[in-house]
Amino acid sequence: MANLEVEYCGVKFKNPIVTASGTFGFGYEYNEYVSLNEYGGFGAKGLTRQPRGGNKAPRIAETPSGILNSVGLQNPGVEVFADVIMPDLAEKFDTNVIANMSGNTIEEYAEMAEILSDTDVAVIEMNISCPNVKHGGLAFGTNAAVVEELTKEVKKKCKKPLVVKLSPNVTSVTDIAKAAEAGGADGVSLINTLLGMRIDINTRRPILANNTGGLSGPAVKPVAVRMVHEVYNAVKIPIIGMGGVMSGDDVIEFMIAGARLVALGTGMFVKPDLILDVKRDILAYMDRFGIEDINDIVGTLELN
Amino acid sequence: MKKTYNCKLIRKEELCPGIFDFEIECPEMAQAAKTGQFLHITCGGSTFLRRPISICDTTDTTLRFCFQVKGEGTKELSLREVGDMIDVMGPLGHGFETVPGEKTVVIGGGIGTFPLLKLARETDSAVFLGFRTKELVVMEDDFKAASGNVTVCTDDGTYGYNGFAIAAMGEYLLENKVDRIFCCGPTPMLKAVKQIAEYRDIPCQLSLEQRMGCGIGACLTCVCETKDEGMGKYKQVCSCGPVFDSKEVVL
Ligand SMILES: Cc1cc2nc3c(=O)[nH]c(=O)nc-3n(C[C@H](O)[C@H](O)[C@H](O)COP(=O)(O)OP(=O)(O)OC[C@H]3O[C@@H](n4cnc5c(N)ncnc54)[C@H](O)[C@@H]3O)c2cc1C
Ligand SMILES: Cc1cc2nc3c(=O)[nH]c(=O)nc-3n(C[C@H](O)[C@H](O)[C@H](O)COP(=O)(O)O)c2cc1C
Ligand code: FES
Repeated sequence: MANLEVEYCGVKFKNPIVTASGTFGFGYEYNEYVSLNEYGGFGAKGLTRQPRGGNKAPRIAETPSGILNSVGLQNPGVEVFADVIMPDLAEKFDTNVIANMSGNTIEEYAEMAEILSDTDVAVIEMNISCPNVKHGGLAFGTNAAVVEELTKEVKKKCKKPLVVKLSPNVTSVTDIAKAAEAGGADGVSLINTLLGMRIDINTRRPILANNTGGLSGPAVKPVAVRMVHEVYNAVKIPIIGMGGVMSGDDVIEFMIAGARLVALGTGMFVKPDLILDVKRDILAYMDRFGIEDINDIVGTLELN
Repeated sequence: MKKTYNCKLIRKEELCPGIFDFEIECPEMAQAAKTGQFLHITCGGSTFLRRPISICDTTDTTLRFCFQVKGEGTKELSLREVGDMIDVMGPLGHGFETVPGEKTVVIGGGIGTFPLLKLARETDSAVFLGFRTKELVVMEDDFKAASGNVTVCTDDGTYGYNGFAIAAMGEYLLENKVDRIFCCGPTPMLKAVKQIAEYRDIPCQLSLEQRMGCGIGACLTCVCETKDEGMGKYKQVCSCGPVFDSKEVVL
């Protein structure tokens, strides 16, 4: 029997498939299509220190092979998650939860890490790259010195593995990844969405109420794979790869590039049971190439 | 477990230029469907996301939906032929809530009339249907078979009641007491109906539209504004709606 189990930052995942924060709510909706227990783990909606209402609608626009979104981190706040949602998830499901947090200040990030450390989450993902909020978010993720300091401060309060989520909206993703590693991050995840815009030519106005939004879906996959490859060669900490996964072959592509875990995201909007196809495809691939352990393909890329 | 269905198109009709009437086979969805719910349909071509389309009517084994060609997705969908398979998620969302024995008004405009057919049949309603002009009047016979009190209105007076459906409903409300109003239509109609209902203190349910991603409440892209503050300020049209109490939403 082929082994799909992987270890990520010391946590066991029964398979390398997780979900991307913000595309999967807190898991309950998709659990009606496929049990959450089928996933290695799942990424919960991005949390902030206080509850947030988010941006005005429209918050989504279709693009060639993808979407732009400008949700703006609508969420119930970290305390409701820690006190109500996470205990319920822990009771009902046997899978790893990856909490995702965004802050306005270093102190806020540290405080959230402290609160989340006292819950049953498996991993804390620090979003320093949300393009849809005015303060913090992307502003943190584009400056290497800030990323290193932020990571260092948050690590002091964080008792869970800390994964830093990287933005593709930077000149050098490897500089930021190295800064996160230097600050003590246990892992990195990438990519967040690429900043984009769509215009309605009839009204000469942007389709999104927020004017700009983050691009995701198959349109971004080649960018994401290239960045995972670069980061894999630049740091030693393990990677969660994501961006446009629509199949098991896409997951394998990310793993060859260097990802230890791979997240499904926008693709689930089209196929809510994508995980089932993905697992079947991965097992078929392993069978075809005689691979017994999925870990054996991570970072096996050979350049031309 | 819920799932996506591959459904055979068993009937296709073009009701008027650009407006299509489809019937697909799927006993499971047909039996689960409630009035006001919608389907999330993969249209094909170069489109990526699914398209939300309301359930118009059901039989034991089939679902009917009607749609207007707007952009690429609905164009692609209109090219399907009888016998083709269509990838559908559903039934989705929170539909109309009816109370047996109530006297109600059903009012719709344009493509917003489609989701009201099943509702008209299942309630004791006066039905007001608004269209821009005579050529765009569709499904009149279906509605007349479903309800004994149907008023078709055209904005330009070329057919039926001369003027907006809202005006016809206003006249009706002067002489009749109703327990509830149900509405689906363009935003100006929704706003007017909400205002009239609240002024007259009549409970009212509105079916809203918003651009959608997942269709099941997970991505928070399809929201409408409500009177709450904080996290509850925006609610998902796909899962909390598409039908809302008029007092809950800000249009
Ligand atoms: C709950 C619900 C029920 C609906 N029921 C019907 C129905 O029964 N009959 C019917 O003709 N139409 C209905 N619509 C509108 C229908 O979804 C849009 O006309 C359709 O999505 C347009 O797709 P397109 O590719 O042709 O247009 P494009 O403009 O090319 O679409 C681009 C993107 O915008 C979205 N979009 C564009 N207009 C709308 C809109 N008005 N509402 C939501 N998303 C939109 C599309 O889904 C797509 O993601 C409904 C919408 C909702 C939300
Ligand atoms: C609707 C939506 C909401 C998102 N919200 C968050 C979020 O709250 N926090 C975060 O770190 N990333 C968020 N993302 C980014 C995704 O987690 C992921 O990085 C990105 O979508 C690329 O993967 P995909 O192409 O498979 O969707 C969001 C993406 C989408 C589409
Ligand atoms: S479309 Fe995803 S929450 Fe409504």
